[in-house]
Amino acid sequence: MRVTLRVNPIACVRHGMCAELLPELIQLDQWGYPILTAKTVPRPLVDHARRAAQACPTLALLVQETAGKHR
Amino acid sequence: MSFSLHGPGLWYATRATGLVTLLLLTVSVLLGILTAGRFSSAHWPRFLSQGLHRNISLLVLVFLALHVGTTVIDTYTSIPLAAAFIPFASSYKAAWLSLGAVALDLLAALVATSLVRNRIGHRTWRRVHWLAYACWPVAMAHGLGIGTDRNAAWVFALAVACGVFVLSAAGWRLAAAARAGAQ
Amino acid sequence: MTTMALSPYRPQPPEARRPGVVPTRALPPGARQPGVPQPGVRLPRLLAGIGARPAGLEHHDRFYGPMPGRGRGRGRPRRLIDVVEASGLTGRGGAGFPAGRKMRSVAAGPGSKVVVANGAEGEPASLKDRLLLTRLPHLVLDGIALAAEAVGANESYLCVHGNQEMLLDSLHDAVEERQAAGRDPVRIRVAGLPGRYVSSEQSSIVHYLNGGPGIPTFSPPRPHERGVNGSPTLVHNVETLAHLALIARYGDRWFRGAGLPSAPGSMLVTVSGAVAWPGVYEIEMGTPIGRVVMLAGGPVEPLQALLVGGYFGAWLPVQAAWPVPMTHAGLKAAGGAMGAGIVIALPASCCPLAETARVVRYLAEETASQCGPCMFGLPALADALGHLAYSGGRNGAIDRITALIPVIEGRGACRHPDGATQLVRSVLRAFPADARWHERRGACAGVARPPLLPLPDDEERDRDFG
Repeated sequence: MRVTLRVNPIACVRHGMCAELLPELIQLDQWGYPILTAKTVPRPLVDHARRAAQACPTLALLVQETAGKHR
Repeated sequence: MSFSLHGPGLWYATRATGLVTLLLLTVSVLLGILTAGRFSSAHWPRFLSQGLHRNISLLVLVFLALHVGTTVIDTYTSIPLAAAFIPFASSYKAAWLSLGAVALDLLAALVATSLVRNRIGHRTWRRVHWLAYACWPVAMAHGLGIGTDRNAAWVFALAVACGVFVLSAAGWRLAAAARAGAQ
Repeated sequence: MTTMALSPYRPQPPEARRPGVVPTRALPPGARQPGVPQPGVRLPRLLAGIGARPAGLEHHDRFYGPMPGRGRGRGRPRRLIDVVEASGLTGRGGAGFPAGRKMRSVAAGPGSKVVVANGAEGEPASLKDRLLLTRLPHLVLDGIALAAEAVGANESYLCVHGNQEMLLDSLHDAVEERQAAGRDPVRIRVAGLPGRYVSSEQSSIVHYLNGGPGIPTFSPPRPHERGVNGSPTLVHNVETLAHLALIARYGDRWFRGAGLPSAPGSMLVTVSGAVAWPGVYEIEMGTPIGRVVMLAGGPVEPLQALLVGGYFGAWLPVQAAWPVPMTHAGLKAAGGAMGAGIVIALPASCCPLAETARVVRYLAEETASQCGPCMFGLPALADALGHLAYSGGRNGAIDRITALIPVIEGRGACRHPDGATQLVRSVLRAFPADARWHERRGACAGVARPPLLPLPDDEERDRDFG
């Protein structure tokens, strides 16, 4: 099972909490919008990713689980 | 001090928990405004405002439950449990008590929608959450109107201080929202 | 961008060329006879019935033959979806997705369906959809009706930009003509979209038809899962539906009689720029680009590059582009994209950087302003490219542009920013020497030349999204 991150760019209004809570995978560009440095979330960071998604005030960060080979 | 359903102990507990609830509610509203206003500094990340706001709101529920509980089981005044939710369900200081019921209902809506935020979507959640700006003044009015403590100087001063903080923060937040909307 | 000089059988003299005025050209009469397709004659297909005036229903039926499934002695035809899949028809709106597969996935959805024909043609350099809708509307309307029947739709829409009033009127008339003839069980509704560039995007159209503004939405869900009124929605370009109308009549084997096995059929291309006869042409898929340029009369000046795919496409140097076949795969392999079949010939006297800078500025103004990287990134890209083109002379100008591209690409809800970044990347890749020259010396002589790439006039542009 693969856990992936995705940003809904329409909902995102650059609160920036995701980058604070998941700095390993999310950085902010020069305008404050999130850049995902990796799509797949490594096992140890899944809980942090879920927390970051919960924290987003506009629910723009999505943590999706896809059935498939875990790379 | 012995615990008695008839003595003043419960009454003190009601007033104390009510006061604490109001204080915590004020702090929660301020933290919510900080979150929406995207406040952050070197030592205060944004998720801190939000995390504290959520946790303190839950704490508000705890103290509110204690406040309601001590009021209901106090046999000195026969206030039914329904009065906590339904306005004018009790004759004891009906108007001021009803304000408390309204504030509790609003708070219940705020917390319930926040707990199921993922399911109802951001837009619906946001529309309901504006009710927070109604909940706080109603709760404050309930506390000042019904309480005998308002005559105590320190309580009054505390209430005024809360009022000043919330009104200025809310004013700043609403002005910023209006500016963003106009752009 | 509004008028089209009509002279199907005579080439236009070069002085009639202006950005936006693109006459049409079809084969002279006698090269083909109406009715059943002739063996050995592969082209024209769509444009076979084209004339100087819009083709009415009677002329259309007489020319292309009767619409199938009307009980005219053909026996029970195969399910249209099977035929379309077997034909290998791909979308002609730019993405090139297999049309049959799209129809099948919509048909498999629950409940009633909706068919939407996208005739908005937001690309300023493309005129093929406009041609079909003005001169051969019944081909498109047949396609809509057939697709609606095939997927089980009870609603169908034909969408064009709302600021084209004459087109809307003529389409309304065509639909009325069909209703009077009892033609379409599902009445086709003609809808006018906001005149913005992103409003012609698939999810924008669905958003608008659902009562919202004509701006893209986040997917999932995709239109074929949940679109107009929550129903599975089939969105096809009008040219795709026109091909479908002919496939339903003549079959998949006929369709595969032209083009390549991997890219069957014919397509419409809009050729403009420094060619003798700019216009809309019908070619077989896989025709080398050089041949397409020669079809349009060949270059009138020495060329330096071709813009293939429009503003969602890429610049290709002339020598490299000439033998490349017009297929999605072929163009992708050459570092380009087919887009909606647009070929613009750039003469050597033009400055490709200045032309691209103008286009990127237009694209930056046309963002829906929903997604940060597009809303802020495209204007920054336009500024950077504009500086390089018009006032260069600063070190690192190219680096600034190349640094912006990965920050913008792929981070929007739709492909609008990606089109701009692809265009900019291709101009730097095709003209590295020019870019370096500009960086050191500033504007070149070509900057002063009148602009070549067409963009809508200011008065024609809507301000809001409806």
